[in-house]
Amino acid sequence: MSRALPIQDACAQAAAFRRGESSAEQNVRDAFDRIDALDGSLNAFAVLERERALALAAAIDRDRANGIAAGALAGVPVALKANMCWEGVEAHCGSRILAGYRPPYTATFVRRLLDAGAIPLGMTNMDEFAMGSSGENSAFGIARNPWDKSRTPGGSSSGSAAAVASGMVALALGSDTGGSVRQPAAFCGIAGFKPTYGRVSRYGLIAFGSSLDQVSPFARSVRDIELAMHVISGVDSFDSTTAQLPPLEADPSDADLKGLRIGLPREYFPNGLSDSVRAVLEAAKQKLAALGAELVEVSLPHTPYAIPTYYVVATAEASSNLARYDGIRYGKRVEGDGTLQGMFAATRAAGFGAEVQRRILLGTYVLSSGYYDAWYNRALRVRRLLRQDFDLAFEKVDLIVGPTTPTPAFRIGEKTSDPVAMYLSDVMTAPTSLAGLPGISIPCGFVEESGASLPLGMQIIGPALGDTRVLRAARVFEAATDHHARRPDLKPLEHARA
Amino acid sequence: MSTTTQEVGFVSPKTGARWIPVIGLEVHCQLKTWTKLFCGCRNEFGAPPNSLTCPVCTAQPGALPVLNREALDLALRTAIALGAEVAPRSKFDRKNYFYCDLPKGYQISQYDQPYCKGGGITLASGKRVRLTRIHLEEDAGKAIHDRGTTTLVDLNRAGVPLIESVSEADMQSSQEAGEYLDALKELLQYVGASDCDMEKGSLRCDVNISVHPPDEPWRTKVELKNLNSFKNVQAAIEFEIRRQVEAYESGDAAQRPVQETRLFDAVAGVTRSMRRKEDAHDYRYFPEPDLPPITIASEMLERQRALLPELPAARRERYQKSFGLSAYDAGVLTADRALADFFETVVRLSSKPKEAANLITNQLLRNLKDPELPASSIDELPFRAHDIAVLIQLIESGAISGQAGGKVLRAMFQTGQSPKDLVASLGLEQVNDSAALEGWCREALVGKDKIIADVKAGKTKAVGALVGPVMKASKGSANPQVVQEILLRLISEGP
Repeated sequence: MSRALPIQDACAQAAAFRRGESSAEQNVRDAFDRIDALDGSLNAFAVLERERALALAAAIDRDRANGIAAGALAGVPVALKANMCWEGVEAHCGSRILAGYRPPYTATFVRRLLDAGAIPLGMTNMDEFAMGSSGENSAFGIARNPWDKSRTPGGSSSGSAAAVASGMVALALGSDTGGSVRQPAAFCGIAGFKPTYGRVSRYGLIAFGSSLDQVSPFARSVRDIELAMHVISGVDSFDSTTAQLPPLEADPSDADLKGLRIGLPREYFPNGLSDSVRAVLEAAKQKLAALGAELVEVSLPHTPYAIPTYYVVATAEASSNLARYDGIRYGKRVEGDGTLQGMFAATRAAGFGAEVQRRILLGTYVLSSGYYDAWYNRALRVRRLLRQDFDLAFEKVDLIVGPTTPTPAFRIGEKTSDPVAMYLSDVMTAPTSLAGLPGISIPCGFVEESGASLPLGMQIIGPALGDTRVLRAARVFEAATDHHARRPDLKPLEHARA
Repeated sequence: MSTTTQEVGFVSPKTGARWIPVIGLEVHCQLKTWTKLFCGCRNEFGAPPNSLTCPVCTAQPGALPVLNREALDLALRTAIALGAEVAPRSKFDRKNYFYCDLPKGYQISQYDQPYCKGGGITLASGKRVRLTRIHLEEDAGKAIHDRGTTTLVDLNRAGVPLIESVSEADMQSSQEAGEYLDALKELLQYVGASDCDMEKGSLRCDVNISVHPPDEPWRTKVELKNLNSFKNVQAAIEFEIRRQVEAYESGDAAQRPVQETRLFDAVAGVTRSMRRKEDAHDYRYFPEPDLPPITIASEMLERQRALLPELPAARRERYQKSFGLSAYDAGVLTADRALADFFETVVRLSSKPKEAANLITNQLLRNLKDPELPASSIDELPFRAHDIAVLIQLIESGAISGQAGGKVLRAMFQTGQSPKDLVASLGLEQVNDSAALEGWCREALVGKDKIIADVKAGKTKAVGALVGPVMKASKGSANPQVVQEILLRLISEGP
């Protein structure tokens, strides 16, 4: 075990590999050791690809031995979310309907990771079709929070967050539709960055809400996020919604935040926040000010409408995106009464879980003739107002900062009986998604709750295509604090390698 | 030919009452692109099932559409040719429904902002049929139901680009509908947008139809589907007009036409109800989030305008004016762009437009229709326009007779050899040698005293009856003009 833990960040692993101080194969073996030691209780990974990963690692080591220049992530083990396409690797999306489904092609961002020498170890657990905020909607077991295994790691990118927070891997990809990376990053005490919509290709990301989905990296340091973004971002001819821009470059200046105006939205600091959460946020604000940022109160008045708007837009798109799971070409099929419509109905009833069915029904309803204007069309209008809120705020400030979530990680089972309470955990992340803006969650402190020390996340939001600015501010804050360096106290299973 | 207003409509055989049919057509045409509308798969008919597919057109999870520029270019060219107005900005929408041949569970189409509005087609009668709109969308795959209880799905067609042209309900008879379809097909073929081959499914047509008494408002319309030939479109319209008129005239409220979709049964020649309005799908259209809106810069339009060929109507006029062709011949030659192009090459090489038009409209087209000959379209001809120009030259110079020219042409279809070689190998050189001709002519005159007497009496035309036998004796190689002259001379010289 001592050999496998503690894990270095991805930048350090890549540098060590380039210097010849480590081998890709050893990195991969170490990572699998950590997974074997920890994942029995965390359930972060849904699919492990040992042979494939070791073969990739051997090829990368061979390339280095042959003098072929190492890529930016050469030799670094990474985790992918189970809604990402890697040719031949099961991408079940947390759903029975896609159990055993092996895509015949590789996503653009996975291709870019592979080209950079990263080694995916497998696919992580998630809420079915990314619909959920706790991982509890997975058809393949619930991932657990490394800080307190009775709690959720958040969702829907539950497994990727847990894998990084527990140190199984330094880098993992998730997907963020309304907060599915930022919220679990906050709950797990790591960094999770949702780029500007269109900054990373969605080709090969199994769709939930197409106008919202964005591939988003998790890491334990902002510089790892920046490295990952450099590798996976940039225009893609297979995704017409990508911005016509080259890969993201990090802004290396990291002295302080002087000259930056940071907006604190009134609506993100509601009266309902607990005293302990409030205290953590207060300390974070003071740190930002000490780093030279000018703090300005701003207002995003349409924030209360973000959750209903989000649940109309995202479910409408999902109802259509999930129509392809009909039992005809791939995935589960249940014959039903023998008619075509009967087969569709039986397949979908058996293949989709309750939350996915609920959202398909909701999305179908809001697009239906007679209801379209009252629901879908109105949601599009409110979405424009939410965007306008941010536009007006960014006329006054460079960045916006608030808590990522109003509370730390909640207990597994706590919100399963109340979908709306679950939906509200996205209240501070959904507006950014609807506006298509970049946002990062980084650890900003801890709160004690019934004996557990739980991380809290701070969200830094930038204007459209202001990704570099967001990441630089996050890196400066991180350098001035030590929240990111704290590690959960994990007891490895006994069979772990000594 | 022109129809007066009194003649418009359908006269009920039962009551003698006049009814006005109101007909609009929705025509789907597959665009003749190299690849499909949203992926790189080949757009091709007749390949092995599911061989032209990829993650995008089989709707693998996570795959995304990317618009094919060539399809947009062809769609724009069609819009310009139809005199329609291209929207500077339009968008794609999803049309949601479940069927086994629809891989994504939705079709990417255009709903409330089509790329093109207006335009129209002028029929031969001079009547204008207006277009409401044209939009761009993808085709579905093909479900094959003829294998017992199993349905097979072929996705080669899934994602093939289509344009749907929706006409106003400006037509009033099956004949007008037929003329409209002919003209639309001709235009689409001309601009190179589509093959418009109904047998291969590259053109499909739905009909909206109602009937009403003159001077009364329009009545309930019925949609007709499953029309797989122009003939069936017309037959279905004629049946449906009779059916609706009879239904109204029966006075039975239960029989009154209702808003519904009816399928045409080509074997029985009848339409049958498929679904009522209440059962119509709710397609839940919404903007396609995977594709940005289409913006058409004016330069794009101008580029397509510049690529537009001369359109059939303009060509017909030019053929009549510059070449002195009849309206009929001009119409025949321009009905197919390849034929018209071929004709013009022959004219350029031979400088004989009328002779070229005669040879092509009479003999060449007849040979194309002959099932015993290998070529059935201009593209399949085993010879070039240059060979036809040479053939015309041979006939016009008197080297061979017109009749021999026909034989040469047929042999060209069979062998692909040059006309000069064929004239030699078939021994068709016209015999102008008077010694040989005179011999045949003398033989022909033997015992034809009645004809000789008639000619001597001034009925010179009677000699025509003797030309045939001489031609026969010469096996067609004699020049009939010369034969006639010799016969007349011999008769006048007397025995």
